[in-house]
Amino acid sequence: MFVLASGDASYMIKLLYKYTIFGQEFYLTTTHVAMIITTVVMLGFFIAANISIRRAMASDVTSPGPFLNIVELIVEKLDGISAGGMGEHASKFRNYIGTLFIFILFNNISGIFGLRAPTADYGVTLCLGVITFCLIHYNGIKKNKLGHFTALFKPIPILFPINFIGEVATPLSLSLRLFGNVMSGTVMLGLWYGMMPLLFTLGIPAALHCYFDLFSGAIQAYVFCMLTMVYIEDKIGD
Amino acid sequence: MTGHDLIMACSAIGAGLACIAGIGPGVGQGYAAGQAAAAVGRNPGAKGTITSTMLMGQAVAETTGLYGLAVAIILLFVKPQTW
Repeated sequence: MFVLASGDASYMIKLLYKYTIFGQEFYLTTTHVAMIITTVVMLGFFIAANISIRRAMASDVTSPGPFLNIVELIVEKLDGISAGGMGEHASKFRNYIGTLFIFILFNNISGIFGLRAPTADYGVTLCLGVITFCLIHYNGIKKNKLGHFTALFKPIPILFPINFIGEVATPLSLSLRLFGNVMSGTVMLGLWYGMMPLLFTLGIPAALHCYFDLFSGAIQAYVFCMLTMVYIEDKIGD
Repeated sequence: MTGHDLIMACSAIGAGLACIAGIGPGVGQGYAAGQAAAAVGRNPGAKGTITSTMLMGQAVAETTGLYGLAVAIILLFVKPQTW
């Protein structure tokens, strides 16, 4: 028996409070708390943006203030993402893609502020993947009617199992990609904080946080939105 | 050594083996970065587009390595069945 570390590494989801509904046990975990915090921060930002937009539209001043400038910049960039991915279909999906991007980005970078990132919980990312799955097939059925299902039997009927698995694997691969990236960053930072002596945990983790939380988080949020658009465009294209 | 110890030891070995999956994404990402460097060398004006395309492709190529990571995490942290 030997001592591996100065402290205990803690990067797993912690159970905070237990409650019972109809004989089933449920837990309030750190994921819920972190997600409530990020949601409240996002809501505060959105409400402030809404108020400043209304105030600017009511007044006669033509030049926007500093805060409104930032909001306009964000909206333009988000519209640019959806326009770059979907072309002429972009106007219908602009709201969903923008919301998805901001939600994933805020949740990914919440690790910097000491929360355990909610996207490092598979329950969160699988829900995002399932929402995208429903959107893909709703739009596919709306566009192609019955042809959406007969496309599974093309080019020859014997390929049906492979096509079917390919469709079902879409939300799984989307969600596992996001989960794996954020989880690996969480595990690595948890190991660094837990295993290193106190001196090493003072300045060096800033670089790790920059890579794992900021860079990787932003890239993965972009990739999730981009792949969602690619899959939808694949169904409603031509 | 009890059965539980054997399961824990084999889980640790399996987690290590699962991380061999990291070889593939390493090769793929390195190839993508090399091709992007060559493309920037030929056409320095398109650096921004090439970089964003490369990052996008690398993030997608990373997926198979992350499957290996997911298997390793499940082997290590999900409590194995005990008898």
